Amino acid sequence: MTRKSAIARLCGAALLAAATGSAFAHGFAGKRFFPATLATDDPFVADELSLPTVSRRKTGANGDEPATLETDTSIDFTKRITPNFGIGLGATYVSQKPDDGPTQHGFDNFAANVKYQFYKSDEHEIILSAGVDWDIGNSGAKRIGAEPFSTLTPAIFAGKGFGDLPDSLPYLKPFAVTGSVGVAMPTKSSTTTVADDGTETTTKNPNTLKVGFALQYSLLYLQSFVKDVGLSEPFNRLIPLVEVSLQKPLDGSGPTTGTVNPGVLWAGRYMQFGLEAIIPMNRATGGKNGVLFQIHFFMDDLFPKTIGKPVFGD
Amino acid sequence: MRDLVRAVALFTSLAVPAGALAHAFLDRAIPAVGSKVHGQPAEVTLRFSQPLEPAFSTVTVLDAAGKQVDRMDKRLDRNNASVLRVSLPPLAPGIYRVRWRVLSADTHVSEGDFTFEVAP
Repeated sequence: MTRKSAIARLCGAALLAAATGSAFAHGFAGKRFFPATLATDDPFVADELSLPTVSRRKTGANGDEPATLETDTSIDFTKRITPNFGIGLGATYVSQKPDDGPTQHGFDNFAANVKYQFYKSDEHEIILSAGVDWDIGNSGAKRIGAEPFSTLTPAIFAGKGFGDLPDSLPYLKPFAVTGSVGVAMPTKSSTTTVADDGTETTTKNPNTLKVGFALQYSLLYLQSFVKDVGLSEPFNRLIPLVEVSLQKPLDGSGPTTGTVNPGVLWAGRYMQFGLEAIIPMNRATGGKNGVLFQIHFFMDDLFPKTIGKPVFGD
Repeated sequence: MRDLVRAVALFTSLAVPAGALAHAFLDRAIPAVGSKVHGQPAEVTLRFSQPLEPAFSTVTVLDAAGKQVDRMDKRLDRNNASVLRVSLPPLAPGIYRVRWRVLSADTHVSEGDFTFEVAP
C-alpha cells in the first residue's frame, strides 16, 4: 500500500465513522425528514436552536381578568448527550397588554427537559421517544403570572411517515404525523394568595392532560421520492402542516381547550423557518386568532464537529 | 445599522446558497422521479443538493423482480461533484427502481429511492 493510498483510506474510514453518527442527526427515519414543528414537541433528539419563536395572540376576558394581547418570545436549545439522549433548555419573555391596565413584561418560568429516543424504524419511518419537561417554579416573574411551583410533564413523543404505503397510493406517501401525549403534574395541588385586604383565595392546580400533534405534507418528499412535479426552489422545500394543541384538566374542573395552527415550514441548508396561524379551537379557549413564527437552526449541520454532535458516543 | 446589515447577511448566507439541507437531498433525476420514459435511457443521472464523497456514494437500478440491471459503473460527474451517474443497458418495458445512498462532503448520510417506467 502506498503512503498516499494509506492516508486516503484513513481519511475515508474517519469520514465513514463520522457519517455513521451524523446520519441520525435531526429528525430522520430512513428517507423521511421530520422537521421541527412549532407547537408540537419533536419526536427525536437533536442539536438544535430555536431563536426566536414568537407568538402573538389576544386572549379572552376571564372573570376579573380583561382580554389581553400577549406576545411571547422564546429561545430553546437542545443538545444531544449521546446519539439517542438529549437535554433541552428554554426561556420565554412575555409581554402582556390588557385592554385596561398597564402592560406587563417579564420572563416566564424557565424550562428544562430530557428526552430519550428509544425506537426508530427506517423502513416504516417511525421515531419514538420519551421524556420529561420541567417547568421550574418561581424562576419567572410573578407579574406576568409565572407560577411559584414547578410542573413536571412526562410525555411520549412519536413520529410516523407514510412512505411505506402501497405504491398504488403514491400521493399519500409524503404525509407524516408527529405528536406527543403527556400529563402536566404541578408540584403543589393548590395555591393560596392573600389580597391586600387580607382575603385569601385558593386556586386548584390540577394535573392536566396535554396532547399535541402535527399533520404535515412534505413537498420535499413528494419531489424526491414519489413524483417530480416540477417544483423548484424555494417551493420544493416547503412542508405545509396543521398543528393541534389540546389540554384538559384531569380532575374535570374545566373543559378541553386548545388551538389549531395551520401553517408552513421551509427547510433550508442550516436553518428552518416556520409560520403558523393560531386559531382557538372552541369558545372555552377564547380569545382571537394569533400568529406563531420561528427561526430554527440545525446545530448538527452548522457545527458538525463541535457543539453540533453528541457529547458521547458519536 | 451595521449590525443589522451583518445579521441579515448572515441569515441570507445560511438560508440561501444551496437552498437545501446539509444532508444531501435529491434535487433532480434523469429519468425524472416517477416519470414514464419513451425510448431507452442510457444512464440514470442524480443531481444532489451538495457535493458528494464518491467512495461512499452509491446508486443502483433494480427491475421489478429486484434484480440489479445497471452496469455497476457509478461515478461522480467530472465537472460537478453533486451529480452521480450510472449507465444502463437496453431496458425492457417495465418499472424500475433507483436506490441511492450518498455521503455528502460534510459527512452526513442520506438515502432514498424512486421509480421510473420504461414505456413499451
